[in-house]
Amino acid sequence: VSTTYSVLGTRPVRHDGADKVTGRALYGADLHLNGLLHGFVLRSPYAHARIRRLDTSKAEQVPGVKAVITAEDFPQGPDRLVDLGEGEVPLSYVRGNLLARGKALYKGHAVAAVAAASGPVAEEAARLIEIEYEPLPHVTSAVDAMRDDAPVLHDDLRTREFGKATERGGNVADHIRFTLGDADKGFAQADVIVEREFDTATVHQGYIEPHNATALWNTDGRIHVWCSTQGAFVVREVVSCVLDMPVSQVKVTPMEIGGGFGGKIPVYLEPLAALLSRKSGRPVQLVMSRQDVFEATGPTPGSHITVRMGATRDGRIVAAQAWLAYEAGAYPGAMVVPGAMCIFAPYDIANVAIDGYDVVTNKPSTAAYRAPGATNAAFASESVVDELAEKLGLDPIEFRLKNAAREGTRRADGPKYPRVGCLEVLEAMKAHPHYTAPLGGPNRGRGVAIGFWFNVGLASSCTISTNADGTVNIVEGSTDIGGTRTSIAMQAAEVLGLRADDVYPAVVDTDSIGYTAVTGGSRTTFATGLAAVEAAEDVVRQMRERAASLCRCKPADVTHERGTYRCGDRSWTFAELAAESGSIIGRATVNPKGVGGSFAGCIVDVEVDPETGRTSIVRFTSVQDAGKAIHPSYVEGQMQGGSVQGIGWALNEEYVMGPDGAMRNSSLLDYRMPTALDLPMIDTCIVEVPNPGHPFGVRGVGEANIVAPPAAIANAIHKAIGVRVNRLPMKPETVMQALWARG
Amino acid sequence: VARVFIPSMLRPLAGGREEIECDGTTVADVIEAMERSCPGLRDRLVEGDRLRPNLSVAVDGVVGSLGLREPVGPESEVHFVAAIRGGSAVKK
Repeated sequence: VSTTYSVLGTRPVRHDGADKVTGRALYGADLHLNGLLHGFVLRSPYAHARIRRLDTSKAEQVPGVKAVITAEDFPQGPDRLVDLGEGEVPLSYVRGNLLARGKALYKGHAVAAVAAASGPVAEEAARLIEIEYEPLPHVTSAVDAMRDDAPVLHDDLRTREFGKATERGGNVADHIRFTLGDADKGFAQADVIVEREFDTATVHQGYIEPHNATALWNTDGRIHVWCSTQGAFVVREVVSCVLDMPVSQVKVTPMEIGGGFGGKIPVYLEPLAALLSRKSGRPVQLVMSRQDVFEATGPTPGSHITVRMGATRDGRIVAAQAWLAYEAGAYPGAMVVPGAMCIFAPYDIANVAIDGYDVVTNKPSTAAYRAPGATNAAFASESVVDELAEKLGLDPIEFRLKNAAREGTRRADGPKYPRVGCLEVLEAMKAHPHYTAPLGGPNRGRGVAIGFWFNVGLASSCTISTNADGTVNIVEGSTDIGGTRTSIAMQAAEVLGLRADDVYPAVVDTDSIGYTAVTGGSRTTFATGLAAVEAAEDVVRQMRERAASLCRCKPADVTHERGTYRCGDRSWTFAELAAESGSIIGRATVNPKGVGGSFAGCIVDVEVDPETGRTSIVRFTSVQDAGKAIHPSYVEGQMQGGSVQGIGWALNEEYVMGPDGAMRNSSLLDYRMPTALDLPMIDTCIVEVPNPGHPFGVRGVGEANIVAPPAAIANAIHKAIGVRVNRLPMKPETVMQALWARG
Repeated sequence: VARVFIPSMLRPLAGGREEIECDGTTVADVIEAMERSCPGLRDRLVEGDRLRPNLSVAVDGVVGSLGLREPVGPESEVHFVAAIRGGSAVKK
């Protein structure tokens, strides 16, 4: 891993900055095409209902209406598994979530869609669709859904256990188990044991830009989709599978994206817009309302978790046990697997037993949200770790350091860690001035916690073409959510010996670049960055060949250092050689193995009003191992963003469900996310433990930072007022209940 | 020989053992060797000519993209783990 850089670690202005700050960047809803129709999606008013009859004839007769679709318009055929970027899923589930067939499984479940000359006409027509529902009993929590007498969502669902369907029906889609050593023997060695139960609410990623899709099913049979997505190739595959079209007949152009955090990996609108376009012969645009976003797109699972941990008097954790039940929403896939993999990830524990349950409920099908599953899990485990430290009379960071995972530590799911930065993050927290600063007032407390996320690799592609003026264009398929145009361009610039400003990045459509997996899993600066590095190395190789041909020597005789090529007594700058060489195109497609997981911790000071239970964040410091911070400002931005989302999850955010199974707070007025006015500056401390699997040491920083905040805040509340709150959000009512329960 | 770790839920098929030693130069070889000593394991790991959906294999702690064709060294550790994809574990 190199350590001396010209470009990496600097803070150039982002390449898309001018467009973003002037409002010129084009988002999906900005797109206007000739003859564009506007669509409206009709949604179920019931949390669980059988659809007895569905008649669209009145809607079709409304003047201005050009097309109406229902689930009957999907191609019919046998069910099969399809890989849509988040693993393999039954096609029937994908289609079923796009448009309900037979049953509506949550309030907001799409049932039909209309395209018309204007949005209001489409909505008015949709309201004329006659649907006879038979309301069914519903269930909206994992624990309730696991009861024997719970309403069953899918009659054909059988609990799976490691690849095998059992005979058990009901709502448990999957049961997973990880064990290491012997938990019973471990607990027998413990001097102190703490066991607690925790609940976390369903929360939404809260991206500001709603989902949108525009589609044109052209007369030549090709479909062109423009949309807001974290993965244009995922959209291409979903549209292809759902509509039974060859993948080559679908082209997806990713527009700018106004936030995603995992929630813009699933597809909701694109196949509907395409079907409406085919029926109408016109391009069709669908844009969700905020209410649609809350009620019909994937939030992160609510959960119920029990954690039991035991330690010896000298501060060694000897056993840990967890039981996790996560709400999947309407279709299986509740992120309980990564939750179970992460729950004890920061620690070296010899005896571990973890059971996880993926449980379907009458809520929107859940989606990824920054380190999916890990935040719920860490809220439970890091609260218990804190309580163990307290009972042992140990400093909470010292206790964590004593048990911290390091290179060679075996994880509960089996493999050993490669080089990781858990110790370094904890040491940085301990050394940070925040940790020893005075609290500055009554009813204040300071808490700490640490969390982990694996990060992923997956496929990425890049091409780089040289220009005669000594600049290059870089073409990539990773949609830019967090400044990755620049973090990728900087890696190419470093290899080529150029300035970041000399590299012009472009995020392009699926016809114009090789396959590139989603912008997710904190993979883009790592994996697409690696593709950029290899494409730049391909350019360097070709430029050395050109230089060799100019001075009639072998390419091996041409040296390259920071943009200057030398052969004997001749030398060229990059620009000189580019001008003499004509266009050179470098290319790379990668699927890297050397993924580097990231640890992140935080220190938080809170003040709790004992009269109202209101918790205020007084000071917050986020510490994260970035491996190598390519653009430190963007790393800090990710750390601050993840921290603030974690604070919202901790203190305010939740799906408030009514007795009818409907969300009661589906607006940003009532779903309270923290704003700049609610919070202090989020301080950041970047730790750099290079990932040996990347030439510059990059790990990926988009997710681990959200994992620790809820637990750290719970621990701070305990320090402030002496009660432990085991339920998220820790809103005033919940804090007061904990205070009253203490008496 | 490679050390192959048996996932917790499959240990009953391996007589309760946590790990077994298997010969082979690829994951496919190793699974065949496992099947010979612990009949029934292969079906829980393999579907057709590939790993079961949403399952990955980690050789020496590294998850590759080759699945059954992933090379295995004589001193390797082999783990069958849940596939972690873009931002999430697999959606089943």
